[in-house]
Amino acid sequence: MKTEHDCGLLCRMGAPCLRIINAVGDMALFMLTGLVQIFASGKIFVRTLQQLYVIGYKSLFVIVLIGLFCGMVLGLQGYYTLVQFGSVGLLGSAVSLTLIRELGPVLTAIMLTGRAGSSMAAEIGVMRITDQIDALDVMDINSMGYLVSPRIMASLISFPLLTAIFDVVGIIGGYLTGVLMLGINEGAYFYRIASSVTMTDVNGGFIKALVFALLVTTVCCYQGYTTHTRRDSVGPEAVGNATTSAVVISCVLILAADYVLTSFLL
Amino acid sequence: MNSFRQTAVGVFVLLGLICVGYLAIKLGQMQVFNSNGFELSANFTSVSGLRVGADVEMAGVPVGRVVDISLDPDPLRENAVVRILLDRDLQLSDDSIASIMTSGLIGDKYVSLSRGGSDVILKSGDTITETEPSVDLGTLIGKYAFGGV
Repeated sequence: MKTEHDCGLLCRMGAPCLRIINAVGDMALFMLTGLVQIFASGKIFVRTLQQLYVIGYKSLFVIVLIGLFCGMVLGLQGYYTLVQFGSVGLLGSAVSLTLIRELGPVLTAIMLTGRAGSSMAAEIGVMRITDQIDALDVMDINSMGYLVSPRIMASLISFPLLTAIFDVVGIIGGYLTGVLMLGINEGAYFYRIASSVTMTDVNGGFIKALVFALLVTTVCCYQGYTTHTRRDSVGPEAVGNATTSAVVISCVLILAADYVLTSFLL
Repeated sequence: MNSFRQTAVGVFVLLGLICVGYLAIKLGQMQVFNSNGFELSANFTSVSGLRVGADVEMAGVPVGRVVDISLDPDPLRENAVVRILLDRDLQLSDDSIASIMTSGLIGDKYVSLSRGGSDVILKSGDTITETEPSVDLGTLIGKYAFGGV
């Protein structure tokens, strides 16, 4: 194949498109390999536990914190909108449905991209440029099964769990502002939540969380794993760029996938 | 891999599962123990606005919920069949009345049950024959405005 510099205008336009399509296909294969290796690699349990500690437990505090503030601001905003219609009793539905359907899965995924996804990309990227991944392969340890599969597994477990924690803490946050601060009836708040949330909403939120888990882990690990093939930079700079694009691509994909999923689930 | 990490992961997973359970069972009304509920069905001429999961009340007390709404399979009739699941056997007689009511002026629709006076008690799976369809506020206002009352 000719390089970009020695061909015409059309060729220069086509080349980046092909590169993007190639990268998408590559990423899909990367994800499949990662998923298959879950069942093929030994010691997956121990490595998953390690990643669960990093992705799940260490993110717990920040998820609780932003869940609380998110619920509190929803309570505040919802109250001042609903009070105009004299229907502040509906605050419970507004807060819980917003959290369970949309904000819970999306904000958890974006937060985890920042906390765990970036470190995945950087860690694997440094291993790549210091030839540690090649060392693994030389020692006949499957690098995908050793590095990527445990992370996918741990994400698939911790994303839905953290989303659930986010939802519940957010509802408590809405309770703090709505009931304790602004004085809505406590019974009305919780009754509205229980009567308006259905199993479809809860399931939809968990489906989103699972899809986001796959997307974020695949994109972040892929960016780190392919640091050495980056065209814009080499060495340590490539690790930095890989981390940046991992976070940016993940966030864009989360929001785009959220739209697509919502239109299917509704 | 020290035991602190394992405990930490255990705490995280347990906390997450508690939240999942709360969301699914308390909020999503998932039927965990597919219980010894008491199921009845009722034919309405219109169930406009009623949703699956709506409350079933007697004297204002929630006693169950709507589990299914469908069209009468008989092509000769134009009826909505509503299946309701009661928490327990209320010893309803076969002339009990099921009506679809609205909470407040524009609130959610729910099914209200009132007892009849017959000696024949409905068994699980039976059909309530005496029903009142949902009242449409717009139609009522129309009737009033154009002197139909």
